Amino acid sequence: MNAPAKDGTQDVSKPWQSEKPYLDSNELIINMGPQHPATHGVLRVILKLDGERVLGTECVIGYLHRGVEKIAENRTYAMFNPYVDRMDYVAAVSNGLGYCEAVEKLLNVEAPPRAKYIRVILTELNRIASHQLWLGTHALDIGAMTPLFYTFRDREEILKIFERYCGARLTAHAFRIGGCQYETYAGFEKDVKNFLTFVAPKIDEYEALLTTNRIWLERTKNVGVISAADAIALGVTGPVLRASGVKWDLRKAQPYAAYSDFDFEIPVGTRGDTYDRYLVRMAEMRQSLGIIEQAVNAIPEGPIMAKVPKVIKPPVGEIYHSIEAPKGELGYFIVSDGSTQPYRLRVRPPSFVNLQALDIMVRGLLVADVVAVIGTIDIVLGEVDR
Amino acid sequence: MPNFVMSYLGSTVTPGQAGNQFWALIYVLIIFAGVSVAVVAMNWIERKALAHFQIRLGPMRVGPHGLLQPIADALKLMLKEDIIPAEADQFVFWVAPLIGLLAAFAVYTVIPFGPSQAVSDMNIGILFMLGVSSLGALGIVVAGWASNSHYPLIGALRSTAQMVSYEVAMGLAVVSAVLMTSLNSTGTGTLSMIGIVQAQQQQGTWFIFKFFPLGLLAFMIFAIAMIAETNRAPFDMAEAESELTAGYHTEYSGLRWSLFMLAEYAAMIAVSSIAVTLWLGGWMRPFPNLLQAPLWEFTFSLFPGLTFLGLAAIAGVGTARMPSHSFFRIQRIGLGVFASLLASIALLLLLIAVAGRSADTSIAARFSEGIGYVYWFVLKVAIFMYLFIWYRATWPRYRFDQLMRVGWKVLLPISLGVLIATAIVGVIIS
Repeated sequence: MNAPAKDGTQDVSKPWQSEKPYLDSNELIINMGPQHPATHGVLRVILKLDGERVLGTECVIGYLHRGVEKIAENRTYAMFNPYVDRMDYVAAVSNGLGYCEAVEKLLNVEAPPRAKYIRVILTELNRIASHQLWLGTHALDIGAMTPLFYTFRDREEILKIFERYCGARLTAHAFRIGGCQYETYAGFEKDVKNFLTFVAPKIDEYEALLTTNRIWLERTKNVGVISAADAIALGVTGPVLRASGVKWDLRKAQPYAAYSDFDFEIPVGTRGDTYDRYLVRMAEMRQSLGIIEQAVNAIPEGPIMAKVPKVIKPPVGEIYHSIEAPKGELGYFIVSDGSTQPYRLRVRPPSFVNLQALDIMVRGLLVADVVAVIGTIDIVLGEVDR
Repeated sequence: MPNFVMSYLGSTVTPGQAGNQFWALIYVLIIFAGVSVAVVAMNWIERKALAHFQIRLGPMRVGPHGLLQPIADALKLMLKEDIIPAEADQFVFWVAPLIGLLAAFAVYTVIPFGPSQAVSDMNIGILFMLGVSSLGALGIVVAGWASNSHYPLIGALRSTAQMVSYEVAMGLAVVSAVLMTSLNSTGTGTLSMIGIVQAQQQQGTWFIFKFFPLGLLAFMIFAIAMIAETNRAPFDMAEAESELTAGYHTEYSGLRWSLFMLAEYAAMIAVSSIAVTLWLGGWMRPFPNLLQAPLWEFTFSLFPGLTFLGLAAIAGVGTARMPSHSFFRIQRIGLGVFASLLASIALLLLLIAVAGRSADTSIAARFSEGIGYVYWFVLKVAIFMYLFIWYRATWPRYRFDQLMRVGWKVLLPISLGVLIATAIVGVIIS
């Protein structure tokens, strides 16, 4: 009957180069994706299964590769700015912040305080939006359809604020090198404050559906466990690392923008399982609300743009700057040869690095858990493949 | 009108018992058409209800409030290209949906919509039902096998294991209900579906309230097992969309796929009917023994008409509230016609109820009585169908091993305990 992809116990990475007999009843190689409803885009995972138990995985990426880093070498610094929004399109504002701050560091300029506050507000709003989208899709992967629509309804309010601020909803291109291009519109503070009062009970609503739900607990507790040591060894960052109990958040560890002005907690987990990652992200949304509230109440007056030359020509040198994106450490490494274009630009995407942990997280679990773990790592393939 | 047509009207037993094959055939046709229509309606209701759970509108474009959407979908599915994968086992692939469909529909032969409103009353009715409905698993297994593809195969394997393990708990829960039927003067119970309902009437209680909480527990076990039996959320492992793309019917499309859907919904209605028959008094209206006065009879016989009147009123309000833009003119006319159709059905039902209010043996009285039976039965089943949608909107999906654990380690011991306790209590009482 079913020829298991003409192989059996072969090396998972090359199931097609098999010399094993045609029929082998022990193991099954299954190809999950790139066209699969639950791999969050075009991730392809080759699963080696024993029945439904996962013996090993192999991630095949690159289906969404657009050569963003190469494009950067052929664009001026300002021209490349919108491209970074297209990497993690769910958290476009964070990407922009990281890039602008990296170039500012290279230029040795600093954005004015008001610009920094606007950046913090928008980035934290974006963090909530990203976590909401993660929650909806993660819950959908585990079979709960309804949270998806609740989170999309509430994410819409954030996108509306973005739209009013800079005209775009998803790939916002909100910041410029040296500050922000746009002054806040009339009623921006009111909109943001309204959003804060609007969304706080909604987060309770998501939690009411899931946090104590027996099935949710069974599906997420002790699933996809990763120890702190493993997480650090693999370079995992963001909520995935914090859920393993490591209190590492770049907003606190090496404050950028205006984060040193605000008072907030870093939620950490203990067990490093899917449920802890869920709790950490839910707590992060609440912390973000607190940060936004402090920022909106204390937003200083003043210019929004530092003095930046019309043609950006950073001095020869290199810089690595990283920020805490919703998914983890987002770093930009820029090498300047003194021209208007970067000599080399390298992005350290959190999704790409975190995805490495998939294999050790799902070994020994079931097929259904693979889907749950892919969801809990919170990858965006645009960022993985760039 | 030939004699054999008239011969059955006024009979108080099922056509099967009366040996009246003509009427048995008519009943089969009515049930087949009725179930098909119910599946189509359920399709629309599920999409709309699920949409409203999820702050969406659901189908809105095809017909007023998407009322014609299931028909449009059915047409589309019929017109689709008939694809059989090259590597598939052609014949088995072809026959698999039919097995599921036949199993789902064969069950309806013994479902009693009333004391005489069933195709036949088998003395082993409930056994027949459990046996035939579990044949549905065969259709799924065969479909997964014939597709010659990994995901369908895993889906089919899951579904087999799931059905086998939940059937045990389900069967034990059913046995405890059957045990309760033996609590009469003769001490003999019955497996006949009609007999089970009549036993509930004689004992003056629905079995769900019998030996509280034993009846309730057995009912709850059945209610959980039947979700797993029909592969619905949160036990929809066999077609877990986010894991196995579409499970056992991944390779199916067009009409064949729609046959699977038809079978799934027909099976849902069938198991709900078993639950209603065994624990919720089947066709009986509320308090059939207490409220026996003719006035009560008449009041309850008005319910079907009033229900349709209510539906007509909802449709009427919807018509009135439609935007007055010319774009909506056809929709408004359509919904208006639908409302008046419902209203005329309501009037017809009310007329029958009024005409048959004297408790004589006239045709109108017989009709009124029969409509009442079917109405209460369908109403109870409809509640279950709504619950199916509600579950789907609320809960995440169990993982396969957890599902098996719940089946074997939780439901099975409880159902065994309930069965033993029911037997002991029954012996003590009698």
